Amino acid sequence: MINNDRSQDRVLRSPIIHNHLQELDTIPEIPKEEYILKCTSACAGCSDSLSLRYVLKAAGPDTVLVVPACCTSVIQGIYPNTAFNVPVYNIAFGAAAACASGMSNAFRAAGKKTNVIVYAGDGGTLDIGIQAMSGAFERGTDFLYICYDNEAYGNTGMQRSSGTPLGARTTTTPAGKTDAKKDIDAIAAAHDLPYQATACAAYPQDLFKKVQKALAIRGPSFIHILAPCPPGWRYSTEKSVEMGKLAVKSGMWVLYEREYGKLTIGPQSKVAMKKPIPLEDYLKPQGRFKGIDPKTVDILKQRIAKNFAKLAAEEATP
Amino acid sequence: MKKIATGNKAVAEAVKQAAPTVVAAYPITPQTEVVEQVAEFVSSGEMKSRYIAVESEHSAMAACIGASITGIRTFTATSSHGLLYMHEMTNWAAGARLPIVMANINRSLGPGWNIWAEHTDALQERDTGWLQVYVSTVQEAYDATLMAFRIAEHNDVLLPVMVNLDGFLLSHIMQPLDTVDLGDFIPPIHLPHAIDVKNPAGYGCLTGPDQQFRFRWDIERSIRDSVKVIEETEKEFAKRFGRKYGFTEDYRCADAEVVIVAIGTLGKEAEVAVDILRNDGIKAGSMRLRWLRPFPELDLKGKQVVVIDRDYSFGRGGILATEIVAQTREPVFSVIAGIGGQEVTYEDIAGFVRNRRIGEEFWFGVTSNV
Repeated sequence: MINNDRSQDRVLRSPIIHNHLQELDTIPEIPKEEYILKCTSACAGCSDSLSLRYVLKAAGPDTVLVVPACCTSVIQGIYPNTAFNVPVYNIAFGAAAACASGMSNAFRAAGKKTNVIVYAGDGGTLDIGIQAMSGAFERGTDFLYICYDNEAYGNTGMQRSSGTPLGARTTTTPAGKTDAKKDIDAIAAAHDLPYQATACAAYPQDLFKKVQKALAIRGPSFIHILAPCPPGWRYSTEKSVEMGKLAVKSGMWVLYEREYGKLTIGPQSKVAMKKPIPLEDYLKPQGRFKGIDPKTVDILKQRIAKNFAKLAAEEATP
Repeated sequence: MKKIATGNKAVAEAVKQAAPTVVAAYPITPQTEVVEQVAEFVSSGEMKSRYIAVESEHSAMAACIGASITGIRTFTATSSHGLLYMHEMTNWAAGARLPIVMANINRSLGPGWNIWAEHTDALQERDTGWLQVYVSTVQEAYDATLMAFRIAEHNDVLLPVMVNLDGFLLSHIMQPLDTVDLGDFIPPIHLPHAIDVKNPAGYGCLTGPDQQFRFRWDIERSIRDSVKVIEETEKEFAKRFGRKYGFTEDYRCADAEVVIVAIGTLGKEAEVAVDILRNDGIKAGSMRLRWLRPFPELDLKGKQVVVIDRDYSFGRGGILATEIVAQTREPVFSVIAGIGGQEVTYEDIAGFVRNRRIGEEFWFGVTSNV
């Protein structure tokens, strides 16, 4: 599906993509209410808290966050203070989805519509929390599971997770990761969820709309957010949004949603599928990819092309 | 109402009457009958609860935690490896001050795969902040489960309670069961720290060295306060339903020179041994410990003590014996018997007393016969 022959102009004239861009132009009404208060303990340039800001704006005050061990455990502040203006239930690393399962059932039994949102990192989702998440999905739990993915164990100092991409250096893969990133979205999709989406901290309006959609649907939903991380990815703190955009434009991250199994690829990723920017533009500003073997870059490029082709084929299926 | 039931069915019957809003459970032998019966009650509409068939015990306790913090009543049941698998979350439940009630069907730990009675599973949970009661009859399993809800949810306690039944020896045996008309014996639950979206709070946040110990001390303070609540609850239970319980069940102890101490069905079996020994002119008595947390004050002064442990702490000794020595300062004859369902008859128990060697440890069937 990557067709580098076409100019960007010709791509934009394609009617389908044009419609999508028009839809993108309708900027959602973002509430002014803030649920992330000042003085969080987030690192400078943190896109986890940026994402959560829009997640909570979309969810509103009748919401409980269930947070396993992750950066968000730290960002909310130290007892007796909290920087979050919704109830936050902190729970053990592998237990978030199960905890949310009990909570959702208890609220529904009491006739309450309170949103139950798991907000977990990639370690707590792709690794230690995957069993509980799969169980909660399979049981049709009425909740939203959000994985904000900074592609390593950030809270503990950037050790590799199964979300770390091939070739990335972490403190436990000092020579670069030799295994590919786990496709948690395919795993989530295998649960036949009513709603599932990917998002990126660099596109907060897209994220906002997806959270609203997810919460409007009864049953389990899953949103996987790419959350660029300045200290972990080793780029300068002002570049988090730029990094997210480069990830999407290069195809390392694809924006899409599945509503009752029907895939729609986001307009930003449609553009990238037609003409991705060179992958090197995304890799080069990041210290974690410093010295990456050109062969590994080629493998990453092949994986991007394969993923694009797979998604395009799925979207084309009626 | 009088009927015949197994220990597991008796627990399920009590749970039905206590009517928790959420039950989250995972099956394991020999607990399965409890959760099957509860699932059946829910399915038939006899219980209005939501039954969450979780994918693991870790998730069972996590789901109970998530449900409980909304301010509703919860229940789960497990055994052996299931209990060990939820260990992280049992700590969390107590630390979060959640009055979850759990039935644990005491079973051996692998390897090898052994499904028979042993207390090491629950005793490895001693230090988690859970209250622990060990029962010895089907009737007591039912009564203790009912009382567990009232004790756990009491605002002077707000800690989880584990009701322990011996695997197969009690979980699967049939005995008479007299069910009660519960009335208002268990008051409606009121959790003071329940989640309130109108008053947002952080739960289990990062907590510094200047605060953490305060929460730990608070658990201990409530465990100490639970002594009074347990006494009140058992007194009220006796008043309403006529069956009396205490921290221990003492049998012919008053004039006894030697007292057998044990928990669970062994503690009950010891009463038969006492009668045999008395017929032989040995002044024996038995003391069945019911509550292990909080650990009761034991009056064993001037008596020789034979402790039977169906459990062990490697490198230290029988867990019960260790606790009793620490509390009473009296030397004991420590018998390790019944591990992994090893058969221990009342004749065997009488033999332990006849051939006691105070101050020593004896592994039944392993070390030289007493």
